[in-house]
Amino acid sequence: MSLVQNFPFFSIILSMFCAIVSFALSGKWAKRAHLAMTAAVLALSAGVLGFTAATGDSYTYMMGHYSAPWGNEIRIGPLESAMAVCFSLLMLLSVLGGLAHIDRDIAPSKQNLFFIQLDLMLSALLALIYTNDLFTAYVFIEICTIAACGLIMARRTGRVYVSATRYMIMSLVGSGLFLIGLSLLYAVTGQLLMSPAERALAGLVSDSRFTLPLTVIIILLVVSLGVKSGLYPFHTWIPDAYGYATPAASAVLSGLVSKGYILLLIKLMVRVLPNDNQAALNMMDVLFVLGVVGMLLGSVDAIRENDVRRMTAFSSVAQIGYIYMGLGLGTDAGVTAALFHVISHGAMKALLFLCIPGLTEVSGGRADREALRGAGYRHRLAGLGFTVGALSMIGMPLLTGFVSKYLFAAAATSAVPGKMIAAWVALAVSTTLNAVYFMRMVLVLYTSVDASHRRAEDYHASPVENAGIAGLIALNVALGVASPPVIETLARGLAVFG
Amino acid sequence: MGSSILTNFEEIASVLLFVIGMIDLLVQPNLVKKIIGLDIMDSAVYLFLAAKGYIAGRAAPIVTDGILDAAHYINPIPAGLVLTGIVVSVSVSAVMMALTICLYREYHTLNLDEIMMLLRRREADETLRLSGRNGEGTPS
Repeated sequence: MSLVQNFPFFSIILSMFCAIVSFALSGKWAKRAHLAMTAAVLALSAGVLGFTAATGDSYTYMMGHYSAPWGNEIRIGPLESAMAVCFSLLMLLSVLGGLAHIDRDIAPSKQNLFFIQLDLMLSALLALIYTNDLFTAYVFIEICTIAACGLIMARRTGRVYVSATRYMIMSLVGSGLFLIGLSLLYAVTGQLLMSPAERALAGLVSDSRFTLPLTVIIILLVVSLGVKSGLYPFHTWIPDAYGYATPAASAVLSGLVSKGYILLLIKLMVRVLPNDNQAALNMMDVLFVLGVVGMLLGSVDAIRENDVRRMTAFSSVAQIGYIYMGLGLGTDAGVTAALFHVISHGAMKALLFLCIPGLTEVSGGRADREALRGAGYRHRLAGLGFTVGALSMIGMPLLTGFVSKYLFAAAATSAVPGKMIAAWVALAVSTTLNAVYFMRMVLVLYTSVDASHRRAEDYHASPVENAGIAGLIALNVALGVASPPVIETLARGLAVFG
Repeated sequence: MGSSILTNFEEIASVLLFVIGMIDLLVQPNLVKKIIGLDIMDSAVYLFLAAKGYIAGRAAPIVTDGILDAAHYINPIPAGLVLTGIVVSVSVSAVMMALTICLYREYHTLNLDEIMMLLRRREADETLRLSGRNGEGTPS
């Protein structure tokens, strides 16, 4: 075993250790520790990605020298390490892009707590990406939920308490359903590690035993993770939670947190749950329909919204719908498209959420369309960033959103005809709807205003935040221009994921 | 059917409790009652796990009288899961209680519906105030 194979475990422990140490640090040092830790995790994950891409295979890493089915394992392949690289990179850029606002929104004595939540969040996300154990996944789901709640309520205003409460209620229902599904799965298979559980389930399916419990397990696990990631009818907490948190928290929440749950769901679907029995096939159809409905109705809600923050948050509902539609296609190409969109949406949404505060602050603190007129002139980088993010969302070529939409459309060709037509129509309609609300916003930002409103008085952008925004713009373009290696890594990773 | 209800009564009780807890968590407007619902829901899962791990006639999985034969003891894994689960649900309940305290200090009520109403009223006032302040400065 080479040293680099230890890195996934190191990165989980490093982020957790950083959280513990930060309790004793001041806000300033906790911030430095967090940034250094995220950069270190990024470097470690890049090393793992290099290793797994070279071998093209996945390996399991035993914890505490107890072999399966007793011990705890993490499993690392090209897909997992690529996701770890993207998540830590997005986390780093999102925190950099919202750094000055963290200073402003959070009392200095509480700042180290905010960075502890971020550390724990990264550790939980990495664990969700790598783990091969169902109960460990549950524990880290809960850590992720608590850390997300801490991030939402960091601003300490009445509004975010309400958002955090609504988020927690929905999220806890999801966790409860996941836990009971997990217990049922353990009751019928007697396994908690994913690979032995899969073998046990395959045996049950081929003997047609426990058909009803299996159906219930599939429904519970898929629905619970759907609730937690904001799948359409369970999305009511999204606009509040993403719309009012501090910008870095909004970017991390929308870009990463729901994606951690989606990755776990993909892992369960590919690695654990039987995918050729009737219940699993019906579940795919349900996910497809909910995804399509989410794509359309999320956009309709966004169009009706006047507040740019809530509009962008509603657009997340639509984008989560894209991911579930890809999963619901039931083909490998569909899952690859969904995985690419996980990364792509993270890059686009983090950029949009980091640019919005810059635009509202030069418009008297208001976030409605009337006040934002000409804001693109008053804060040029935020205006540019928002425009790039919006164009990417709509699916402009050379930007990452285009590649996502192309992959979804291409994946739909190999699905059954009914789903193919439905997916294409949904993509077309949803793109038009995206264009309606995002282009309307971009046009508002660049409405010509008289010279006195082209300059923002006493507004000083922070250079670090600008660097974060610039990094995300570059990431959007890079993913749009140089997507083939990323897609290839994801597709090869998916092949050895199961 | 009748016999399976009799043999699985713990599981049936736990599913019923789970549903009661979940409905409580979702529809009760009172935040404290919501937390109680959450705890009922989590405890129901622990009852389920404990019932699954129990094998009639065997001892708790602690080595007694030097007997090392696994056939003498019940399955220890569900007990381990329950313990971990309890730690998780205690932390989650603590977070929810902290949130409830924050909300009570801010709005002086525990009723989430009333809080939402107060919030909307405050937001409407805030929008009016902001648009009043920027009224002259808004480009047209």
